[in-house]
Amino acid sequence: MNPDHILSVRDLKTRFLMDEGTAKAVDGVSFDVSPGQVVGIVGESGCGKSVTIKSILGIVQKPGEVVGGEILFRQRGNGAAAAEMVDLAKLDGRGKEMRAIRGSDIALIPQEPMAALSPVHTIGNQLVEAVRLHQDVSKRRAEELAIERMTEVGVPNPAERMSMYSWELSGGLRQRVMIAMALSCSPRLLIADEPTTAIDVTTQAQVLRLLRGLQQNHGMAIIFITHDLGVIAQVADYVVVMYLGRVMETGPVDDIFHNPQHPYTRALLESIPSVHALSREPLPTIEGSIPHPFNRPAGCPFAPRCVAAMPGKCDRRTPKPTQLNGGQSVSCFLHNDAAEED
Amino acid sequence: MPVDEPPETKQTLLEVNGLSKYFPIKKGVLRKILGQVRAVDDVSFAIYEGETLGLVGESGCGKTTTARCIMRAMDPTAGEIMFRKASGDMVDIAALPEREMRPLRREIQMIFQDPYGSLNPRMNILDILGESLLVIGGMTDREERSERVAELLRLVGLRPEYMQRFPHAFSGGQRQRIVIARALALNPRLVVADEPVSALDVSVQAQVLNLMLKLQQELNLTYLFVAHDLSVVKHICDRVVVMYVGKIVEVAPTQALYEKPKHPYTAALMSAVPVADPRQRAAMTPLEGDVPSPANPPSGCYFHPRCPYAVDICSQQQPALEEGAPGHFVRCHRAAELSLSGIGDLDRPQTVASASSSDAGVGPIG
Ligand SMILES: Nc1ncnc2c1ncn2[C@@H]1O[C@H](COP(=O)(O)OP(=O)(O)OP(=O)(O)O)[C@@H](O)[C@H]1O
Ligand SMILES: Nc1ncnc2c1ncn2[C@@H]1O[C@H](COP(=O)(O)OP(=O)(O)OP(=O)(O)O)[C@@H](O)[C@H]1O
Ligand code: SF4
Ligand SMILES: [Mg+2]
Ligand SMILES: [Mg+2]
Repeated sequence: MNPDHILSVRDLKTRFLMDEGTAKAVDGVSFDVSPGQVVGIVGESGCGKSVTIKSILGIVQKPGEVVGGEILFRQRGNGAAAAEMVDLAKLDGRGKEMRAIRGSDIALIPQEPMAALSPVHTIGNQLVEAVRLHQDVSKRRAEELAIERMTEVGVPNPAERMSMYSWELSGGLRQRVMIAMALSCSPRLLIADEPTTAIDVTTQAQVLRLLRGLQQNHGMAIIFITHDLGVIAQVADYVVVMYLGRVMETGPVDDIFHNPQHPYTRALLESIPSVHALSREPLPTIEGSIPHPFNRPAGCPFAPRCVAAMPGKCDRRTPKPTQLNGGQSVSCFLHNDAAEED
Repeated sequence: MPVDEPPETKQTLLEVNGLSKYFPIKKGVLRKILGQVRAVDDVSFAIYEGETLGLVGESGCGKTTTARCIMRAMDPTAGEIMFRKASGDMVDIAALPEREMRPLRREIQMIFQDPYGSLNPRMNILDILGESLLVIGGMTDREERSERVAELLRLVGLRPEYMQRFPHAFSGGQRQRIVIARALALNPRLVVADEPVSALDVSVQAQVLNLMLKLQQELNLTYLFVAHDLSVVKHICDRVVVMYVGKIVEVAPTQALYEKPKHPYTAALMSAVPVADPRQRAAMTPLEGDVPSPANPPSGCYFHPRCPYAVDICSQQQPALEEGAPGHFVRCHRAAELSLSGIGDLDRPQTVASASSSDAGVGPIG
């Protein structure tokens, strides 16, 4: 593992075994996260974004199972001693070790804050509990810390809100409370699964600014999941583009948006209406639709919809990720003939 | 293209005057009425024949309620909804009894947001599309219906053979095409589309938007396009209505609105749109606070608690919707003196008068 990385996902494979067939939800995903970096994972519905992060957190539910690959995570080192590395893929998701990592090193902001917060306990109780789970402090001190966190994430009148319930808060405030909760353990890696999808644009702008500010102040790494290319462009340093369980392209955010190399990335960027584009002109589109996970095409998953597909090649063999100059990597036969063996 | 024509030369298809829809807030066993949710509050606008009018605003501002009143899926609390019949006469459909409304129903059709929820999973496509042909269109001949369904499927880019299939066999984008085909079955003149692409993936959204543009040209349709995605609205609409807490705050031709919005809320909405270009990272000075509840709106201008330009009068008097430039209506006390930035213009908003000392301290807040 590269000493610069806090997380290194290598050839991760997660499947769902069902009566109708096997869904290869995540099928050979690799990417790295450096400390303090914001990595954006972008892709359309069902491409495996949530399953990827559930695999990292060890919370994939049956009938799903991690069946291959490594998830190398660098744990907090003691003083000058070299930080220890663990393969999260080898840990029992419900075991003590994984639970400790989930609570103190890696935190999650889930997509549905309403579902993640308890409706019968006050915001304050839930925050205090979260603080005391990670820090051996008195109840009073935990309350102070909880109020500090709420202030930090911009909840107005935090002391008053402590006695409120999640359903009494607006969507934006609820999301801020979720962020305060995730921060209560001072994680080194924060994972946010579509944290702004359910909220309005003006609130989204507030939350994105907040996350950016927190990232700078705490120096933590963030994995940010979204299907919104606009959001990715605004927050990510590094981008992972997924399609049907596989990584199509990765690279620094500027390269992905200004020098995309994979036909899927290009087509995706062209198909979004831009506020700067001419109105009422037909948009370039991607033909067809995303295949059903049980009906995955052979070869490159994008081949049936790709304008550059080479018959006899792209529909037979699966291209390998190829490192390009400047940190970009692309899985496409236009760039390299090397295929993966099955 | 209607964009460049002065409004006078255009024929009005629908005119909404002072439309309001209040929902009572009830409590207790006696269902005592404690107050009103003013979901739509004194809204007026017109839709011209052949144009696409966008209706935008954040969650809960009253877009769907407005659309449902126009469809007469609910009865308005007050106001007129004048609709031009095929004969050329205008009728007020706000108060029309259902018996007289029925023949007009075929002329106003709706496309819903959710392509999953709006198709009956137990009916095949032939029956789904044939239902309104039979019930409202009175097309009793099965053969004739199936021919019309085949024609409709071809129109929206689906194979006619698909008519025997059930909704679950289609992808989200294909289902939305079926929903569009159903809306077009009776040759409507006005199509009300409530967030028609919001639930679709990006790569499929472009297909459906292109289809809607193509159909509009081929069939001379008029659209009321409800959405919250400002990029999509810019792409497809000729004019745009912006709502905030049940009221219209701005109406303008698309180009004018995006280049030079005149209401501080519109400008704030635009600056919040995440632009898909990392070289244009927004200055990120988002609006503070939340959208107020329509059950308990603030005094004066509903936007004043969040408005960076608010002055004393803003909390005391509600501004009227006034025509600042031809076809450009704004509800703001300071509309004439403010010079706000639209999208693509990343300069911080500034007031024209900010150089003058009398205006000190009124500039944008962080
Ligand atoms: N509980 C489950 N049972 C069966 N299959 C599942 C389950 N969860 C996920 N999958 C499969 O895994 C694939 C990837 O799902 P995932 O939730 O990771 O997608 P996603 O990229 O997060 O999509 P979205 O943008 O819609 O959230 C899906 O296509 C689905 O087939
Ligand atoms: N049947 C109802 N009873 C009571 N209140 C309602 C009802 N329908 C809507 N409302 C309220 O009216 C307001 C406007 O709702 P509406 O659905 O029109 O908003 P919208 O602009 O379509 O929002 P969204 O973008 O979330 O779809 C909201 O405050 C909503 O809670
Ligand atoms: S009326 Fe006042 S508060 Fe309302 S938008 Fe205009 S300046 Fe802002
Ligand atoms: Mg997901
Ligand atoms: Mg709505």
